[in-house]
Amino acid sequence: MTADAAKAAGLLFVAVVLQVSALWTSLVDLPLVTLASIALLRGSMLGAFAGFWAGLLLDTATLGTLGFSSLLLTLAGFWTGRYGETTGRDRGHAPFTSVAVITALTTVGALVLHYLLGEAAPARLVLVDTLPKEVVLNVALTLPVYGLCRRLFPSREAAGRIGEVRLLG
Amino acid sequence: MLVSLALITASFRSDALDPAQSAAASALRPFEIAAERVSRPFRDAWGWSSDLVHARSENERLRKQIDQLQSQAVTDQTSIQDLERLKRLLAYRDSPRFPQDFDAIATRVIAQAPSRFEQQIVVAAGTADGLHEDDPVVTQAGLVGQVTRAFAHESRVALLTDDQTNVAAVDLKDASAIGIVRHGEGGSEALVFDRVAKTVEVLKGEVVVTAGSPGNGRLPSLYPRGIKIGVVTSVGQNDLDIFKQIQVQPFVSFSSLHSVLVLVPKSRVR
Repeated sequence: MTADAAKAAGLLFVAVVLQVSALWTSLVDLPLVTLASIALLRGSMLGAFAGFWAGLLLDTATLGTLGFSSLLLTLAGFWTGRYGETTGRDRGHAPFTSVAVITALTTVGALVLHYLLGEAAPARLVLVDTLPKEVVLNVALTLPVYGLCRRLFPSREAAGRIGEVRLLG
Repeated sequence: MLVSLALITASFRSDALDPAQSAAASALRPFEIAAERVSRPFRDAWGWSSDLVHARSENERLRKQIDQLQSQAVTDQTSIQDLERLKRLLAYRDSPRFPQDFDAIATRVIAQAPSRFEQQIVVAAGTADGLHEDDPVVTQAGLVGQVTRAFAHESRVALLTDDQTNVAAVDLKDASAIGIVRHGEGGSEALVFDRVAKTVEVLKGEVVVTAGSPGNGRLPSLYPRGIKIGVVTSVGQNDLDIFKQIQVQPFVSFSSLHSVLVLVPKSRVR
């Protein structure tokens, strides 16, 4: 668990730094896709903690309201983790479905939070103009990111099987 | 979740967390700069190849523009000399003017807020460098926005395309065409030159600049007069609206900002 947490923290750190300094677009959400992949592979608890960490990093790097992204990504990580632990297990479409759903849900959540905090919340711009593009691009990004995460976080059953191999002679 | 809610409350209601956030942001800065440096060649290559598509037609247009501007420059030079002479004669008292009444602090853009709600960037200069909140931010191309949060070594800048940025602006050709430049619809970089009376004439291709504080009212504009904003791309009006509908293409490309200048009034430095 500790090794998984350290790997998740490192991976999300890289994703956040790339998002704010290299990608420079809000249409692709690399930390969210990375978080969903980690949570799907390692469950709700690690998903929630990883989401909080990623959100804290994002708010710090962009000098935004602390806790804003943490709240959204904690919920996103927890939900994706639960989905992975229950219905999503062993389903090939699970990463893509969860990323699409979580992209839509975090967008709506961010819209509501901005509204509650009395900040600009342009619903039409966000929900009609950018959300469909963001869902498509995030789903497209899922394939390489989930592939990388699966290498870093191999399934426990597979790790167990390897552990049972004995060398004879 | 509770920790997140507590952080939101503390961060939103007070500045208590600002020093910690500033220190953490400073710790992140080397990584952000490294990522920006690594990705810059790729972004530049993308920009270069997309510019190449329009290079031929743009070259012809610019050659024509150079011819026009050369003759215009001669006329302008004469007008400037006349203006300076008349100002001296009248002992004219003017509001702070750009760029002579401002010091420019050049700084690197280190992050962009990854959100479609906020069009904001983070720059690597803060209060320790003399920046304050509300200071205007420009590039050589024109107006970028204003500082909205200033920490010790970083600041957050709201771009012109941000929902909450409004700038008093004027048509360079006609000083009576005063209005407010704000973000356009649809998430594009196009801006809207709003609240311009129907009675004044604004033509496509005219340049819009910051208006400063023409009336010297109780709430002076945050931006000095004369900073370029953009060029008018379409003008329309109908019977229902009481103002013209003017669209402006900004001179600054907000998606490819590497470094900016923050304008600090010389009066504050003294």
